Amino acid sequence: MSTNRRHFLIGVGVVAAGTAVGVYVVPRLLGKHEAPFEFKPHSFVRIGTDGSFTVVLAKAEMGQGVYTGLPMILAEELDVNPQRFDIEFAPVDPAFFHPFLKMQFTGGSMSTISMYDQLRLVGATARNMLITAAAAQWKVAASSLRTEDGVVIDAKSGRRATYASLAEAAAKIPVPAKESVALKDRKDFKYIGAKHPRLDSHLKVTGKAVFGSDVNPPEMLKAVIARPPSFGATVKSFDATRTRAVKGVIDVKQVPSGVAVIAEHTWAALKGREVLQVEWDESAGRDVSTESLRTQWRALAAKPGKVGKNDGNVDTALGKAAKRIDVEYEVPYLAHACMEPMNAAALVKDGQCTLWVGTQNQSQDVNMVAAALGIKPENVTLHTQFLGGGFGRRASTTSDFTLEAAQVANGVGRPVHVVWTREDDMRGGYYRPYSVSRVRAGISADGKGIAYHQTVVGKSILKNSVIGKPILDKLGFDPSSIEGAANMLYGFPNLRVDVHDTDETVPILWWRSVGNSIHGFVVNGVIDELATLAGRDAYDFRRELLAAHPRALAVLDAAATDAGWGKPLPAGHHHGIALHESFGSIVAQVAEVSVVNKTVRVHRVTCAVDCGLAVNPDQVVAQIQSAVIYGLSAALSGEITIAKGGAVQSNFTDYPVLRLSETPQIDVRIVDSGGPLGGIGEPGTPPIAPAVCAAIYAATGQRIRKLPISTALT
Amino acid sequence: MITLNVNGRSQEIDADPEMPLLWALRDLLKLTGTKYGCGVAACGACTVHIDGQPIRSCQTPVSAAVGAKITTIEGLSTKGEHAVQRAWVELDVVQCGYCQSGQIMSAAALIASNPNPSDADIDAAMDGNICRCGTYPRIRAAVKRAAEIKRNGGAA
Ligand code: FES
Ligand code: FES
Repeated sequence: MSTNRRHFLIGVGVVAAGTAVGVYVVPRLLGKHEAPFEFKPHSFVRIGTDGSFTVVLAKAEMGQGVYTGLPMILAEELDVNPQRFDIEFAPVDPAFFHPFLKMQFTGGSMSTISMYDQLRLVGATARNMLITAAAAQWKVAASSLRTEDGVVIDAKSGRRATYASLAEAAAKIPVPAKESVALKDRKDFKYIGAKHPRLDSHLKVTGKAVFGSDVNPPEMLKAVIARPPSFGATVKSFDATRTRAVKGVIDVKQVPSGVAVIAEHTWAALKGREVLQVEWDESAGRDVSTESLRTQWRALAAKPGKVGKNDGNVDTALGKAAKRIDVEYEVPYLAHACMEPMNAAALVKDGQCTLWVGTQNQSQDVNMVAAALGIKPENVTLHTQFLGGGFGRRASTTSDFTLEAAQVANGVGRPVHVVWTREDDMRGGYYRPYSVSRVRAGISADGKGIAYHQTVVGKSILKNSVIGKPILDKLGFDPSSIEGAANMLYGFPNLRVDVHDTDETVPILWWRSVGNSIHGFVVNGVIDELATLAGRDAYDFRRELLAAHPRALAVLDAAATDAGWGKPLPAGHHHGIALHESFGSIVAQVAEVSVVNKTVRVHRVTCAVDCGLAVNPDQVVAQIQSAVIYGLSAALSGEITIAKGGAVQSNFTDYPVLRLSETPQIDVRIVDSGGPLGGIGEPGTPPIAPAVCAAIYAATGQRIRKLPISTALT
Repeated sequence: MITLNVNGRSQEIDADPEMPLLWALRDLLKLTGTKYGCGVAACGACTVHIDGQPIRSCQTPVSAAVGAKITTIEGLSTKGEHAVQRAWVELDVVQCGYCQSGQIMSAAALIASNPNPSDADIDAAMDGNICRCGTYPRIRAAVKRAAEIKRNGGAA
């Protein structure tokens, strides 16, 4: 905050001469979302006497557009064009905690859903107080005043007052009760629901956006870590003689994640690591390989697991089915491969720790760093930066990359930035879980889907996470291991999903859409197999199973219509269709694919999405396109293979991702049925793999039950 | 000491001649708009211009850049008014933004030499630039729009 500005918290708080002091009022407005404290020198919005509007963003911006969408919601009720906002990343503070997770966290496609009511109320309350201030000044009834883009207007007298001129008076007005603050009618929305340009575009096209990688506190050193060759391996001994001789290397030290080489700059750290001799104890995981896991897991999948869902009686129904299938599906470990590799900077000094990091998981990072350093969380300050992609990787259940930065920096006395090379990042674990499923499903004599039984084998993500552990303890299984299957929209009268939790050394994590990325593929694949078994059209067959869900039907119909389902396609082109619900949103996709000499080419993907109200429709389109491309990369060639306990792949050379020339045309229709708000960052990913695989089946007659397609297609 | 000409300024750095230009720019000159993504010339995040040609700075030793004119995203325009940057903003291309400096430098080099790039030209020029957020559909449209802005006399 510049020192020549005066800012006013909306409420009783006052910001004077650049130092904010005051009562933090916003949480008090929030009823059950109330944060458990007051007196905080900040707020979601500050209105400056100089005409500035500062909006504090409680969520991490990783591409998904919250930097624009969340301020738009506040702007709507405040009645100020979001283009006039300066955006600041929030400090870690209960004021900015996720309403029900009670921690600062960005993920699960929940940002808009969880903050929509909150930000509307903040904006409306602030506007209400500004109007009250003007009414008092002009001695008129507040009800006779209106606002227009940051100005209070008295239509009768023609008087106008900017919010800036009213801020000081407004700040002294008692905060009105939540009930007395009127929210806008949806039909009067100016910003919500209309395309609004991203507020971070300019920063990002000029190279000025500061990512975690770009932070530059004075005196900062760079470090890389020699990391274990296999998961679970530990350092036995190391010899740093040659490393210490490298010009620019400052220190070499062992930390829990390996041996850190600290240097004046990245290049020296890398050169130093190249000549570092480390002897590892690999006894923990050296035997683990995808091959060995596959053998064990296929055997497990034949046995009943912990039941997560059990409707009707699948055994009886399967016994009576006219036709049935008994098939295995398999999806690999996947790296998130965020464009910006993991990194974090830390300064540990005088019992305090300062962190600079692009993270989705601020509260947990602070707590874990504090615990590791033996200091109080209030002595840890975390500065959130722009994230060069997140996709779940930056919501680490162990705070791995932030924590190790603090461990490396501890004792150095200068800030140390621990950077990961692409190889470190790709071989560093925290993958989408490897998962094997066995599915038995059947149809009746009249061709209806009547029974579905899926046994899932894979490692629980939640069991190793702070937020997930209580859930697992309560249910006895990890719902994210079976999400997308147990709660599928397809209405099988007899449905059972059971799960075997595994315990391999490979660290796993949520990856864009989590379990849905696995089971959207399995469920839709099986639906297609059943449609074929019944001799029926895959779209019609789905319509029947979705009869109880009008929103899903509308989405399915929209995608099918826009794609021209059932109509002739160019020679050699084939359609496949899939639908999946996740994070409260429903997405259907039709993929148009050709297969020539085992080369799969996706020409066009037609999408329909119902996410409830689309706050910034243009960014909803962008997120669906993004999710399709992310899922398509994985479906076509994404695979982390484990051999000798470690990852085989290491860079974009052996972990290929989609490039521009391979990108299909992606059309998106937003179908708003008036349903509740849904998430948008993730729901576009699950349907793409099964839609493409269905099209491949139409083209070649080969059923793809194992991803990626590149290794499965024969 | 090595002398580099970066964005029109002559700059002295104390670097090993084989240090990749990327680290010299980022760590020594604090020009952090140029990004690291792979280190092996496979992603394009580190793209800068050397004498107008797009190159991968992660695979270019500083010694190879001596005497040449280096342009980074910070030097492409003073306020983001380059035709490519304008088109990028107009079409709201960016998501996380991490790849975009590299994308923009590749696109700027393309339209500098090709006033009206076809889809195939765009494929060829831009395929070395990965975007994990999948902004490709908008990149394709924005390259065309940038070429149009430039043809119509916009800054480039
Ligand atoms: S960092 Fe240079 S091409 Fe990837
Ligand atoms: S915008 Fe995120 S990688 Fe391209």
